[in-house]
Amino acid sequence: MKSVEEIKTAIEAAVPGAGVEFVSNPSPSAQHSLRLAPDRAVEIARFLRDDPELALDFCSNVTGIDWLDKEFSEKVKVKRTVTKTIDGVEQPVEETVEETRKRVEPGYLEAVYHLYSVAKGHGPVVIRMRTGNRSDRVELPSLTPIWRGAEFQEREVFDLYGIVFKGHPDLRRLLMWDGFKDHPMRKDYVEPDDYEYEPTPHDAVLKRAQAHKAMAGK
Amino acid sequence: MSVAETKAEKLDGWNRPPAMEPEGEGELLEIAMGPHHPSTHGVFRMDVTLDGERVMRLKPVFGYLHRNHEKIAEGAAYLASMPYTDRLDYFCSLSNNWAYALAVEKLVGQQVPERAQYIRVILAELTRIQNHAASIGFLIQEMGASGTPLMYAFRQREKIVDLFESLTGSRMMCNYMRFGGCRVDVSAAWLESARTVVAGLPAFVDEFEALLTTNEILMARCQGVGVLKADLAVNASVTGPLLRASGVNYDIRKVDRYGIYDRFKFRVPLGDHGDVYDRYMVRVLEMRESIRILEQALPAIPAGPIMDPKAKLRGFRPKPGEAYGRIEAPKGELGFYLISDGSPNPYRYRVRPPSLINLTILEDMCLGQNVADVVLIFGSVDIVLGEVDR
Repeated sequence: MKSVEEIKTAIEAAVPGAGVEFVSNPSPSAQHSLRLAPDRAVEIARFLRDDPELALDFCSNVTGIDWLDKEFSEKVKVKRTVTKTIDGVEQPVEETVEETRKRVEPGYLEAVYHLYSVAKGHGPVVIRMRTGNRSDRVELPSLTPIWRGAEFQEREVFDLYGIVFKGHPDLRRLLMWDGFKDHPMRKDYVEPDDYEYEPTPHDAVLKRAQAHKAMAGK
Repeated sequence: MSVAETKAEKLDGWNRPPAMEPEGEGELLEIAMGPHHPSTHGVFRMDVTLDGERVMRLKPVFGYLHRNHEKIAEGAAYLASMPYTDRLDYFCSLSNNWAYALAVEKLVGQQVPERAQYIRVILAELTRIQNHAASIGFLIQEMGASGTPLMYAFRQREKIVDLFESLTGSRMMCNYMRFGGCRVDVSAAWLESARTVVAGLPAFVDEFEALLTTNEILMARCQGVGVLKADLAVNASVTGPLLRASGVNYDIRKVDRYGIYDRFKFRVPLGDHGDVYDRYMVRVLEMRESIRILEQALPAIPAGPIMDPKAKLRGFRPKPGEAYGRIEAPKGELGFYLISDGSPNPYRYRVRPPSLINLTILEDMCLGQNVADVVLIFGSVDIVLGEVDR
């Protein structure tokens, strides 16, 4: 089987301007991956499936990952002019001060596909795509038209992570119920106190009773 | 389908099941099979649209048993999720253990000692036999043969499950494997009783087959029902006996050669037609091949440690990175995808559930069939809801 770098070269030869990036995996498993630009992903996926040498006809696993905003603090040396009293006279003096600066790298959602070849018996080839951010640019192209096996798994990623797969034939929630609002697998998800809370006429009665109870002691 | 249509174009058109045209006049009937239908092995619903008896549309509805296993595992240490993997496919807890241990071993680059590898193979193959026996029993039960065949299967399954209990302390929730080995060693007495159980298995499969394989009702109900084409099966990521019954030679034990499967001689049974009968047949033959593996593994088990001496149980923190490990579980490809950020908990923990993904083409298999066959086709997929909904 071709190495990940060779696959990258093959993709760039077949799909010009594909914008594929090599992502190294430092763990002993050495399953390196390729990051695809979302706008060309369907084309590239079709090439991976139909290329007679790669023949990645089997999309085993589809999943999402949530990467939160990362905050870096770096110490930077800055030159600053400070007014100091030297020999009884106030004068501006240049001084080097260390300053901590915070830099925020915006978070994103990621979809990961593990591809194998049933015909050739090789794999896995890992491809991944990033969304623009975690809030409003969460669209990625669906690869269900290429591999039907992604159908339920992409629905699950949509359900639990909130990635919207464009071109998916039937994008609905899979595990949570239809009226559910949030995406539970996100790292910053907060569980509701009561999943099935619904306002009832008794709420008003309860409130009055509590107010009455508070007054009764006085 | 035009002649000019290439294979690639055909594959692209497979992202939906074909639309059905009603025959004649009359209204379509929508019924909900489940969530408490006895054939669903748990809580699962199929919204079926019928034209008379013919299935026009079928929408599976999931999530009744969802407890977000993955989120729970991301909040726990690596080892703390091991007992929870038992609850995925509760029929095959030892296979689940192995898949998870394999993924973690890939993530940290751990070796497993020889003896532990043999124990793993023995337990996984015993698991496969009891799973296939039970799944065939349930299939016959769903055909209307209430009780008897299922009890035949369960009688034998009980002997295997007793072996699990005497080794691990639990019949179904075994929690047995560890990263880099197994939890307790097998004794000579246990191996002896395992040999006795395995020696009784061929007679059981023979008896089972004599009662079922050429049974007229079984043949009439199963042959030509729920056909799945090989190309679609591959494209839809179907794995396990369901894929092999469609004639695709893909067994991860042979392809990945994980563990020590390359040391044993066994064959991969394949079906021709991809119907319910072939799936039944493939399961029976797989039981026979599993017995063959057991007959080779049980006498060959070497002495030695069962845990990698370098394995760390406390303060287990894999270096940052990711790994995807998969095994051939009785129901199909069971995979675990792990991402470590260097902390004691996995940053991402994903289960690739064969049961859920095998249901992708449930609608394709059921369209145009009778509503009574839906139960049968669904039973032949062999799922466990604990794994589907996670």
